[in-house]
Amino acid sequence: MKTGAHVLIDCLKAEGVDTIFGYPGGAVLPIYDVLYDADLRHILTRHEQGAAHAADGYARASGRPGVCLATSGPGATNLVTGIANAYMDSVPMIAITGQVATPLLGRDSFQEADITGITMPITKHNYIVKDVSELSRTIHEAFYIATTGRPGPVLIDMPKDVSAGPAECVDPGVVTLPGYHPRLEPDAAQVARAVKAIEEAERPVLYAGGGVVSGSAHAELLALAELLLAPVSTTLMGLGGFPGEHPLAVGMLGMHGSKAANYAICDCDLLIGVGVRFDDRVIGKMDEFAPRATIIHIDIDPAEIGKNVGVDIPVVGDVKTSLGRILAQLKPRLDERWRDTIAAWKKEYPFTFEPNDRIKPQEVIREIYAVTGGNARITTEVGQHQMWAAQYFTYSRPRTFITSGGLGTMGFGLPAAIGVQVACPEETVIDIAGDGSIQMNIQEMQTAVNYNLPVKVAIMNNGYLGMVRQWQELFHNQRYSYTELQNPDFVKLAEAYGATGLRITKKSEIRPALEEALRIQGPVMMDFQIERKENVLPMVPPGEPISKMLG
Amino acid sequence: MRHILAVMVENNPGVLARVAGLFSRRGFNIDSLAVGRTENPKISRMTIVVEGDQRVLEQVTKQLHKLVDVIKISDVTTEQYVDRELVMIKVNASSSLRGEIIQIADIFRARIVDLGVKSITLECTGNDAKINAFEESLRPYGLKELVRTGKIAMLRGMRYSGVQDSGGRQQEPE
Repeated sequence: MKTGAHVLIDCLKAEGVDTIFGYPGGAVLPIYDVLYDADLRHILTRHEQGAAHAADGYARASGRPGVCLATSGPGATNLVTGIANAYMDSVPMIAITGQVATPLLGRDSFQEADITGITMPITKHNYIVKDVSELSRTIHEAFYIATTGRPGPVLIDMPKDVSAGPAECVDPGVVTLPGYHPRLEPDAAQVARAVKAIEEAERPVLYAGGGVVSGSAHAELLALAELLLAPVSTTLMGLGGFPGEHPLAVGMLGMHGSKAANYAICDCDLLIGVGVRFDDRVIGKMDEFAPRATIIHIDIDPAEIGKNVGVDIPVVGDVKTSLGRILAQLKPRLDERWRDTIAAWKKEYPFTFEPNDRIKPQEVIREIYAVTGGNARITTEVGQHQMWAAQYFTYSRPRTFITSGGLGTMGFGLPAAIGVQVACPEETVIDIAGDGSIQMNIQEMQTAVNYNLPVKVAIMNNGYLGMVRQWQELFHNQRYSYTELQNPDFVKLAEAYGATGLRITKKSEIRPALEEALRIQGPVMMDFQIERKENVLPMVPPGEPISKMLG
Repeated sequence: MRHILAVMVENNPGVLARVAGLFSRRGFNIDSLAVGRTENPKISRMTIVVEGDQRVLEQVTKQLHKLVDVIKISDVTTEQYVDRELVMIKVNASSSLRGEIIQIADIFRARIVDLGVKSITLECTGNDAKINAFEESLRPYGLKELVRTGKIAMLRGMRYSGVQDSGGRQQEPE
């Protein structure tokens, strides 16, 4: 007999899913029974949060939707952080949760949680399938919603009687959603206004975000930058969307951005935001952001226009299409003065640190870049190491820097690296981590070992929650309240999981350790014992305009 | 300024929670909210009265549009419209005062819907101003209970905010 679970798996395969990340439990028993001999790869993580982040990493690296599966109640609530993370960074993801049987709904049954209610504000849309006849259509709609327009996570809650009950696979047909029409083609009049503003500008700056990466608009962005000789600053999410080694690349902007980028924003007379959302970590003091500039904002989500910063020329549409329309009407500008000013700033204000005889995290990141030749997919956790990974590694291709931007989720990097490695089995995947963050999902080392996914974890171990400690140093009178960490022996821990552990205590050991880690076929955890009180600089203090940088 | 939004939604479970949740988490204030089905049983109409400047209204509209179940949003207040609200008021009314109260009801073209030994229940339909005046006129007698439906509104003449049979949405935010 075919059940709802069969239909679910058949529909997932029909959507092109090859791998799902999940964790079994009571309410998903019928689904796991089908998975037992289904032609679909299932990666068993060691925590549902790991499954959600792995699906997220898989999606960011491949551009295809990631799928995670968990049981009802605690299984579902353990996905919540991962779903919120995917929502904030607009990652296409399908989260499937088991649910108690429909007759038990609303009775506080064992392992019942109202997961559609809980995830309402952190999903693009969600469903509870109470009638198996709706299952095929629901799954098809869910994938359509998750992957079109501004991507995002969609959750499907499956009561146990629906997945266990008899069902037939129905052709889901064509999606008809009267309330959902992502707008891809920009308004011609706004494009014309944008073109005019660009032609009149003397000091244009491109500010590119995650939308360039997810919208595959990197080629168009490069073409526009080179046509205008305009500097390009990327957000944390936009890194890789523009080749970091390009002469027009000025690096990240905002709180820990480069001085060249922040000065360019403050001085420009035209700011072209492409696939960005004017996040508070980027804009600093709101009314002093790009004070001299006309602002063009190109984004697929109309709700982003004017949400945080007033915009002069909104271009609502797919970023790739929109940039294409603008490019088609533009003539080369080739005014070199502005480019030269920027180049001078770049030269005068590179990211710097003061080397000493101890291990500096910035050196480690640079060595990772040197050893890999930049040919690696980097994931990160959240904190100081994340900012150093953004500043000191040069990303030239989209989807090579995978980080938790909007939500800032500690514990993201390792499970995400697992998802990335599954999506890109031939590539080097490195999780740049902190000693605090890595412990939030360290159980996923076992997943990496279990499936022989050779992810390399590089812990910047300073024995502190470094970013919080930095804020305490700068803004809370050095009162290091609960930020000093007593850590386990990471080498022994790696070995306990069946991985390789390497401890690096001297500068001279950095390079050999990295080379060894890359030679080893399986997962490796590297414990870099770095300068303990190194700060991330430059830094814009919270609430200040981004031209006012410390360091 | 106060705006009346006519929000056409698919009649799916949870749609009210989605809309209400959106308002609360984005910090938008709802003055009133009235929901009911339309001429098409698959579609409900929410009449939402919101207070806010142009920027707030724009964000409310755009964020509402992001909900998959929301089909169409019209700001009724930008055009000629009629709006109505219904109130039911139960007032203290000893037999000696009934006459006075009935006179007030006549002035406001309100109707008596129930009569008790010591109370009288009236219903009155109208716009804000009328309903507020009606309430104030009855206040001296002692309001025992008052319930308002929230405002509903419609464009005048041949203009409409509803969804046509195609189910498509006629207006998209820029």
